[in-house]
Amino acid sequence: MSVVPLSRPVPVTTEPRPTRHLLIGLAVGFVALFLFAPLVTVFAEALRQGWVASVQALASPDARSAIRLTLIVAAITVPLNAVFGIAAAWAITKFDFRGKAFLITLIDLPFSVSPVVAGLALILLVGANSSFGAWLAANDLKIVFAFPGIVLATMFVTFPFVARELIPVMVEQGRAEEEAALTLGASGWRSFFTVTLPNIRWALLYGVLLCNARAMGEFGAVAVVSGKIRGETTTMPIMIEMLYNEYLSVAAFSLAAVLALLALLTLLLKSLLEWRHADLLAATRRH
Amino acid sequence: MLRTIQIGAHTLAQGLFVRSLGNGRIEIDAGAERISGYPVAASAALPARNLRGALVAAVAAIALAFGGNGPAQAQDSVELLNVSYDPTREFYRDYNELFKAWWIAQGNAPVSIQQSHGGAGAQARAVIDGLQASVVTLALSADIDAIAERTGKIPADWQSRRPHNSSPYTSTIVFLVREGNPKGIADWDDLVTGDVQVITPNPKTSGGARWNFLAAWGYAQQNGLDPRTFVSTLYQNVPVLDTGARGATTTFAQRGVGDVLLAWENEAFLALKELGEDSFDIVVPSVSILAEPPVALVEGNITSDAQRVVAEAYLEHLYSPEAQALALKHFYRAWDHSAAAPEDSARFPQVKLVNIADFGGWPVVQKEYFGDGGIFDQIYKE
Repeated sequence: MSVVPLSRPVPVTTEPRPTRHLLIGLAVGFVALFLFAPLVTVFAEALRQGWVASVQALASPDARSAIRLTLIVAAITVPLNAVFGIAAAWAITKFDFRGKAFLITLIDLPFSVSPVVAGLALILLVGANSSFGAWLAANDLKIVFAFPGIVLATMFVTFPFVARELIPVMVEQGRAEEEAALTLGASGWRSFFTVTLPNIRWALLYGVLLCNARAMGEFGAVAVVSGKIRGETTTMPIMIEMLYNEYLSVAAFSLAAVLALLALLTLLLKSLLEWRHADLLAATRRH
Repeated sequence: MLRTIQIGAHTLAQGLFVRSLGNGRIEIDAGAERISGYPVAASAALPARNLRGALVAAVAAIALAFGGNGPAQAQDSVELLNVSYDPTREFYRDYNELFKAWWIAQGNAPVSIQQSHGGAGAQARAVIDGLQASVVTLALSADIDAIAERTGKIPADWQSRRPHNSSPYTSTIVFLVREGNPKGIADWDDLVTGDVQVITPNPKTSGGARWNFLAAWGYAQQNGLDPRTFVSTLYQNVPVLDTGARGATTTFAQRGVGDVLLAWENEAFLALKELGEDSFDIVVPSVSILAEPPVALVEGNITSDAQRVVAEAYLEHLYSPEAQALALKHFYRAWDHSAAAPEDSARFPQVKLVNIADFGGWPVVQKEYFGDGGIFDQIYKE
């Protein structure tokens, strides 16, 4: 007995065609208006006086140091947060202990606390008027209004991204595979590298990319602890605001365009990896 | 280098490459033990490796691109940090170059000068919290008093140590209105009518805003009005309080909010220059205030004798004819016109100026008017 193929695909939606088009149009219009249009404006404004003016603005020492500082801050905070995020997610999903719920809440804290509060908390903790801050000053260690403060503020704000991406995946996967690896005699590291890491790699990648985007774009917490010293503690977002306030729109928007490009590059990297490993990705998802 | 090998029909192992075994197999270090097997082709390898590779490559690229040139700059020359208020950006950008050139011309080693700008109150707060300013050049003496009082890093009598109350340049408060002055604003009393929106920053965080407040107060006093009611009515016409003078200018000029901006005279002239003379007009009121933005050395933050000498010279040189000419060029009312271009010198209209001393001096004014629960708080609650 053979199955006769259907001549037409069965419609899976019951809504009439105009309703569907209206909904799709609304979604596309919303995206165009609120996501695409602002982005285009930034690039248009950056190039208003032509490429040369933009490139010259970006070649100024202040802009270069802002780009450099932002990249260095991201290069430090993202790997650290990836390691901490994996450790936290590992602890939460593979072990049972008292206070686990509290730990999860704690990890979510940076999401719920305003970045300004995070910055101010750092100042209260290690600023010149705290006893710890006084000790640091006596030993000539600068934290707030210097590079370490910016890194700490960025780390605080971006801490949950990796852990939050990993926890649901690791909960879903359970502990069976790690336990199997252990019974087969694998060491902790080996079971991590051969069992756990391959299972969580996509979640880890998303976490790292989100973490990176936020680390480069963070304004509030960093603004509080930066001291706004030109060419020294001004990250790209802070420099953009300063340039805008100095009536240097082309320079401000050129830098904003670079920041946007870095974010787009991150997204592109993500898409590229997804595309190259689509089959593996599908396999992992079926797990 | 991380490699993946096949160790069973469905089993892969991953670890650091140790050596090739000749027959196509390789040995890897998988943590606890060494395993050998046939390497898996790159395309089939675990993407974890690619991810890590990408990370390593990214970090390496950053390291390569920027060499060892990290955020910590070479410490061989003396460094100064000038923590200043909002509208002085353009002036100090030029002055720092002037000073550096002059300093070298005097036969000294080059210095590097770093610059920080923000609302005067917020900047003072940052210095109190540990921002390592060598000199502060703020909008009014109360902000420097606050640093002196709370940290002891500045001697209490700082203001009497330099000429003109330690204020190398002064300014006043004027109105910036839209081209053609459509609301017909001529003086302070035009700001308290119902349909005028006034833009001024928050006196709690902005020095300029405090001068604005006092100028309005001074006008009411001079004209026999009840100053409290007058200023209170004026602030009812303020739709938004920015933290700093520059933010307020941006709100008014670039975002197009409000009918009149209460601004530093220098800020108003700068807005005309930067944003086009055909967009705005300056209106000079009948009474304004002599605004003295003072400068001081932050003794407690000076780390070496060499730095002290440079910092002293940096402040001293602000009074030189060249620096004064530069201040005039940047629309400040400086004291010494001897080296100034004629058009810079002749720019400033005569205006009747009240003085901060008429209010009892900044220590009194700061507490009574702008302190917690002070007059500004009271009228803003009403």
